[in-house]
Amino acid sequence: MLLAETLQERGIELRRASATILQINVGFKCNLACRHCHVEAGPSRREMMDVPTIEAVIAAAGRLQFQIIDITGGAPELLPGLPRLIAGLAPLAPKLLVRTNLVALALPEFTNLMELYKRHGVCIVASLPSINPGQTDAQRGIGVLERSVSALKLLNGLGYGIEGSGLKLDLAVNPTGAFLPPDQTQAEKRFRQDLERKHKIAFNDLFTFANVPLGRFRNWLEKSGNLGAYRKKIEESFNPSTIQHLMCRTTVSVDWQGFLYDCDFNLAAGLHHCGKKKHVSELTELPPEGTPIPIADHCYACTAGTGFTCSGSILR
Amino acid sequence: MKTYYDPQDLARFKEIGKNAPELGERFFDYYNAVFADGALSEREKALIALAVAHAVQCPYCIDAYTVACLEKGSNLDEMTEAVHVANAIRGGASLAHGVQMRKIAEKLSM
Repeated sequence: MLLAETLQERGIELRRASATILQINVGFKCNLACRHCHVEAGPSRREMMDVPTIEAVIAAAGRLQFQIIDITGGAPELLPGLPRLIAGLAPLAPKLLVRTNLVALALPEFTNLMELYKRHGVCIVASLPSINPGQTDAQRGIGVLERSVSALKLLNGLGYGIEGSGLKLDLAVNPTGAFLPPDQTQAEKRFRQDLERKHKIAFNDLFTFANVPLGRFRNWLEKSGNLGAYRKKIEESFNPSTIQHLMCRTTVSVDWQGFLYDCDFNLAAGLHHCGKKKHVSELTELPPEGTPIPIADHCYACTAGTGFTCSGSILR
Repeated sequence: MKTYYDPQDLARFKEIGKNAPELGERFFDYYNAVFADGALSEREKALIALAVAHAVQCPYCIDAYTVACLEKGSNLDEMTEAVHVANAIRGGASLAHGVQMRKIAEKLSM
C-alpha cells in the first residue's frame, strides 16, 4: 500500500511543525562511494555549493532562528568554502553539527578541519556502521574501518568524545544490508564496550538509522534482488506513533544549489518543499506550521519500527 | 503443495494458534518472553537461536534468525562461529557416544 494511502486510512496528515533545524547538503562530491548512499555521492560527482550559495545560506540562518544547524553531503570536508560556512554559521545557532565519513577527515589535507571544528564548538556526527571490518568495508570500501578508527583516535586526542571536554562526538550507524538497524540503546552499549576494549576510543551518543531505498542503496537493492522484500519490510513495520516526530516536520533542508526541501531524503528524491523550487535566498520566514509535506514510499524507512530522524531512533 | 518447505509459510507461523488458540497464545507469550532482553541480551539470544536452528536444521528458523542476528547488530563472523558451536556439539555428541561403542565392543571382544 502507498504511504499516502496508509496515512489516509488512519486519518493521519503529515504536516510541518515549527521549524527548528536547518540542514545544509553542501553537495555530492565524496571521497567514498558507499553502497547505501541515498544521494549517490562519490569521487566522480562535481556538484558542490558555490560561494554565493554559501553566503545565501549564512544570511538565511542569520535572519531566521534555528536551534540546530546540520551540515551534510557528500563529504563536507571536500567543500573549499567549508571554513567560511562553519565560521559564518557557528554564532547563529545553539548547536552546529557537521557529518563526516571519518576517512575524509583523516586525510592529511583535511585534519586541520578538526582544529577548526574545535575552535567553533562544532559537534561531529561520524558514520561508523560496524566495528566488524567485513561489514564496514562492504558498505563503505576496503580499509575504511581501519582509517575510521585512526580518525576517531585523532578526534579523541583533541578532546572530542571525551567526557567533560564539551566537544561532542556522536556515531551514526546504518545497517550494512537490506535489514533494519539494531535497537539504538543496545547498539550504543555494544559499540562503547567494543571501541573502548579494542581501540581505546570514546564517543558520546550513538544514533541508528534505517537505510532509505533511494539512490545507490535502491540500485543495490534492485541488483541484489532485495528491493521487493525490503520495501515490504519497511511498509509492514509502519508505526503511526513515529509520525509526529519525523524530521521533515521540523527541518528546512537546503541543497548545494540553495533549493529547499523538507528533508535530505526528499532532496535526494527531488521532492521540493511545498512542491515547487524555492531558493534559500527567498526564505524570509520559517515555513508555517501546518504546511503539507510531500511524501513518497521512501518515507516508510523513517516510519519503520521505532522510527528514525536525523538524530537517530525516535522511540527508545 | 509442490514442496514441503515454502519461505512464505514463515509469515503464517501464527496460524498454528487456530483450533487451539489458548495453547497458541500461551506458546507465543512464552516465546516472546524468552527472547526479551534479560540476563542475556536480545542479540546474544538471537545468536543462540541461530545455532539451535542449525542443530535442528529448521529452514524457517535459519531464515528468521539470520535476519534477527543482523538486525540486532551481529556480524557474519559471529554468526559463523555460532553455527560452528552447533556443529561442535552435534559432532561431539556423536563422538562421545563412541565411548559406548568401545565399551560394548571391548566387552564382546577377546
